[in-house]
Amino acid sequence: MKLTLHVWRQKGPDDSGRHERYEAEDVTPDMSFLEMLDLVNNRLTETGGEPIAFEHDCREGICGSCGMMINGVPHGPKSMTSACQLHMRSFKDGDEIWIEPWKALAFPVLKDLVVDRSSFDRIIQAGGYISVRTGSAPDGNAIPVPKEDADAAFDAATCIGCAACVAACPNASAMLFTSAKVAHLAHMPQGQTERYDRVLSMVAQHDAEGFGNCTNHGACQEACPKGISIDYIAQLNRDLIKATLLDRPE
Amino acid sequence: MQLNSGVPAGPIADKWDNHRFEMKLVNPANKRKYDVIIVGTGLAGASAAATMGELGYNVKVFTYHDSPRRAHSIAAQGGINAAKNYQNDGDSVFRLFYDTVKGGDFRSREANVYRLAQISLNIIDQAVAQGVPFAREYGGLLANRSFGGAQVSRTFYARGQTGQQLLLGAYQALERQIAAGTVEIATRHEMMDVVVVDGVARGIVTRNMVTGQLESYTGDAVVLATGGYSNVFFLSTNAKHCNVTATWRAHRRGAGFANPCFTQIHPTCIPPSGEYQSKLTLMSESLRNDGRIWVPEDKEEKRAPRDIPEGERDYYLERLYPSFGNLTPRDIASRRAKEMVDAGHGVGERENGVYLDFKDAIERLGRDTISERYGNLFEMYEKITGENPYDRPMRIYPAPHYTMGGLWVDYDLMTTVPGLFAIGEANFSDHGANRLGASALMQGLADGYFVIPMTIGNYLARVSHQPVPTDHSAVKDAEKDVRDRLDRLMSVNGNRTVDDFHIELGRLIWNECGMERSKEGLERALRQIPELRERFWNEVRVPGSAADLNQSLEKAGRVADFLEFGEVMCYDALTRVESCGAHYRVEHTTEEGEAKRDDERYAHVAVWEFTGVGEAPNRHVEALEFDNVQLSQRSYK
Ligand SMILES: Cc1cc2nc3c(=O)[nH]c(=O)nc-3n(C[C@H](O)[C@H](O)[C@H](O)COP(=O)(O)OP(=O)(O)OC[C@H]3O[C@@H](n4cnc5c(N)ncnc54)[C@H](O)[C@@H]3O)c2cc1C
Ligand code: FES
Repeated sequence: MKLTLHVWRQKGPDDSGRHERYEAEDVTPDMSFLEMLDLVNNRLTETGGEPIAFEHDCREGICGSCGMMINGVPHGPKSMTSACQLHMRSFKDGDEIWIEPWKALAFPVLKDLVVDRSSFDRIIQAGGYISVRTGSAPDGNAIPVPKEDADAAFDAATCIGCAACVAACPNASAMLFTSAKVAHLAHMPQGQTERYDRVLSMVAQHDAEGFGNCTNHGACQEACPKGISIDYIAQLNRDLIKATLLDRPE
Repeated sequence: MQLNSGVPAGPIADKWDNHRFEMKLVNPANKRKYDVIIVGTGLAGASAAATMGELGYNVKVFTYHDSPRRAHSIAAQGGINAAKNYQNDGDSVFRLFYDTVKGGDFRSREANVYRLAQISLNIIDQAVAQGVPFAREYGGLLANRSFGGAQVSRTFYARGQTGQQLLLGAYQALERQIAAGTVEIATRHEMMDVVVVDGVARGIVTRNMVTGQLESYTGDAVVLATGGYSNVFFLSTNAKHCNVTATWRAHRRGAGFANPCFTQIHPTCIPPSGEYQSKLTLMSESLRNDGRIWVPEDKEEKRAPRDIPEGERDYYLERLYPSFGNLTPRDIASRRAKEMVDAGHGVGERENGVYLDFKDAIERLGRDTISERYGNLFEMYEKITGENPYDRPMRIYPAPHYTMGGLWVDYDLMTTVPGLFAIGEANFSDHGANRLGASALMQGLADGYFVIPMTIGNYLARVSHQPVPTDHSAVKDAEKDVRDRLDRLMSVNGNRTVDDFHIELGRLIWNECGMERSKEGLERALRQIPELRERFWNEVRVPGSAADLNQSLEKAGRVADFLEFGEVMCYDALTRVESCGAHYRVEHTTEEGEAKRDDERYAHVAVWEFTGVGEAPNRHVEALEFDNVQLSQRSYK
């Protein structure tokens, strides 16, 4: 296959950036999207150019490093699939592909397709954990967890932190990400003690980072490569209301 | 090079307790005064940083990722072992210890492995308390599965994403300490060298990967939790950025490298589909619980797998190993698969795989149960191959996966450089010549949550350090070395890409120091690697600038280190004139084609000392003593 790429190139945070056009030749359907970019980068290097910077690591859809807008859609056309797991069989000979970084106030571009997502870590720092010191835990089977709860917690916990939800959202909200962690911990008996403080602090940090509000658009759910559901946002909102009521001074 | 393992005296079951009692403790009020540098935020590094932060040490942690959550540990699929015996099927600390020593083909240190088995119990408790959503039975208690090399069900799991869930647990604990101010983190910082002052590790040189600046940090101890080196093969199941740089740089500064040739080839990976292949994907070993491995008997077989009648299939593992069947340890399952493919029984378009078939399991347990157990793996397989494993057997083939070798450490996990520690996959400690499934997560977390936070205190309490300023000559010298090397990489200006060299090195190591090794092949590799390194330094092209985010430069530095490291791997394989575990010397096999150990001459750890690039390294040994398990020929028949 032969493809035409229009790739966002930006030298650094202060550069204004622009699209560059590249021809990708000898692409085969079994290649992953990132392997196609490897091919383009190798040609660029051999011909004296500078390769396109993009993030990746596991290349199996679990580390959350990769992430780019492919034809205006986070991670590209295939649902429930991260860019590294997208294969070129989803495209056809002669296609034009536009490749851009996540765009959100809270994610400054560092170079080309690489953005700074450290705001996600700071949301976790605000309360995305259970406070348990190493060594202080009771026996693993001391507290039975109903299988449905464990499964529900797991489903929320599968978020890979790639930030496609933010990139998809017209408000650049990170509510899907935040709610997935809130829901994961709220489904476990171990997470109850800090449940309401957690939601308050995480939401406050979310707002402080410059993410927008959720207006129930649902684009995040569509874009999520792990199928995280917006039901968690509803759940977060319920906990938030309760927390706000609890939090009222006596 | 002094190799004092420091194994405490006493009966094996009491060693760790005795040792903890005898350790010097750091007064809680003084912990804050100690600066501990940790490199790596995978399971080992994140758990260590969080725990040492909780204890009150002043911790600085570094990672080349943009977030601790991206570490390679995130990709572990199948599970984590613990001798809980919740299934009441005869498990015990001693059995886990015994299985691990035997599975490692009697090339690990008994005392360390016993401690690991003891601590396995605490890890599960810790993870559950953190909210890790392990699989549960209907009664709400923890579920288990069995894994290769074991006949009891002791593996805890979170669907096929156990590493992800455990790492998120450790990551969250770490973020909590960052928020509390006990731990400071520097993401997108790559460690380039260790600073050694008067023979003692006192700091590191890092490269800020966004600005290209070299930044040095000093402290009272340095802990490397930087993972394994399977990517020396270029194609492996490891994340693309995994590399040997941190441990190799430490080795160049005096840390002994133990058993570098002990590399694990995992039997169940998706076979390569073309020349552009950039990495290989693992299909968790847990699949071997329910999947049956077979190849067509007829080499010319062209029919679709479902059309091949039972009588014309060879379930070769079940045939050769009736008692373990599809659950034989990894090294054996891998070798047998290679043997079948080499003999012409390979399946798939490129005839480079064997079948892993779920038909019987689906009939027996129902599709829902199978999907519950392996759903995400089946999806992943389908995404990559375009084939649906519910209807058509998977195609699998062995791939480099894990490295048992690593920096030599004593019982306290300290390397041969005082003050420099290594934990997780970066050290050599617990798996001997072959690691059993679900034991790496266990080891990484044992080291990080429970061992290093204790043993580092024992070190710190005994030393009295003057602070090392970052303009100290040792720091400046290390920085200069790093800068010179980066400048050299930038200035070659050849016409070949870094990947090109990496692929060539990987192919060479895979052919000569992969699943099978021979004297002749290893000697060939030892002639070719220096030539390849020479060409690299004359022909590589690293575009862009060093004062910038430059992924080509990052890669080039790592590949340059692999080009040095590959040699010691081959020396190690050449001088271990026996077969054991994953190290299979074709000259040393039993009549049935199994690895044949030579306990008289090789019941030891080989530890390499750096003598210069291109110079033959020095080989030292730590003799292994087996007082609690009987050395025996491994038999899985
Ligand atoms: C696909 C796959 C599946 C697996 N499944 C299982 C399983 O089911 N059960 C099991 O027990 N084991 C499994 N393993 C093995 C296990 O995942 C690893 O051995 C383990 O996670 C390693 O953890 P670690 O903390 O030692 O290193 P890693 O997770 O590799 O972390 C290394 C860290 O070091 C950092 N780092 C490295 N070098 C530098 C440097 N120079 N400067 C700065 N930072 C650096 C990295 O950024 C990273 O944070 C699997 C492995 C693979 C490949
Ligand atoms: S590279 Fe890890 S999720 Fe895509």
